[in-house]
Amino acid sequence: MKRRTLLQSLALFLTTGLSRAGAAGFSQGTRLPDLSTFGLEGALPALKGKVVYLDFWASWCAPCKASFPVLNGWQKEFAGKNFTVLAVSVDEKAEDMAKFLKKNAVDFPLVRDATQKLVAAANASTMPTSFLIDRKGVVRLVHSGFRAGDADALHRTITQLVNEA
Amino acid sequence: MKFLSLSLFALTAFSSVSCTNVKPWERGRLADPLMKPARDPLSDSISEHVWFTREAFAGGRGVGGGGCGCN
Repeated sequence: MKRRTLLQSLALFLTTGLSRAGAAGFSQGTRLPDLSTFGLEGALPALKGKVVYLDFWASWCAPCKASFPVLNGWQKEFAGKNFTVLAVSVDEKAEDMAKFLKKNAVDFPLVRDATQKLVAAANASTMPTSFLIDRKGVVRLVHSGFRAGDADALHRTITQLVNEA
Repeated sequence: MKFLSLSLFALTAFSSVSCTNVKPWERGRLADPLMKPARDPLSDSISEHVWFTREAFAGGRGVGGGGCGCN
């Protein structure tokens, strides 16, 4: 009886601990899953054969707002080089996203992860978190946050990836 | 043995209900300006000045921004 109670307690303790363990997420070298299976709101652009800057953002995140003009610049600069920014909003309310975009209009494709399944699968460590994906669909860089000075290093990596065969 | 079992059970029960892990993408409500204890910058700076005058030190009242933990 005592042993059973101890085992039950241990099992409960372990399952509680395991349920809190985070998912591995999209890490460098992993393949990007098919985004159409995550029930995203909005039109997904064709990503096959493209270098993709996958950006998770939210309307309540100040660094995300700061990053948008930079991302928009890259979208224009690399337009003819099979590159696209894909911004995934994790806003719970669609109107929050719409209000934000009214003030911060952009030219790159945007979708909303209303169920937050994709961001959970990606296991974004902060807001924003971005993933640079090469033409083969492999994650080549994971970038957390967006600070002044990050743009230059990211630009260099994007240039390198779009110039790869 | 019984004590150990009960302790383990209590530890599990308490740790299960007392803590929650808020993921970065779930911090929308924490980032809401309403979550800031003080929302008037002028009032904050006046209070800070009075505090500095009385206590001869300033700062240490948290960081800027909401609770989104961005960056």
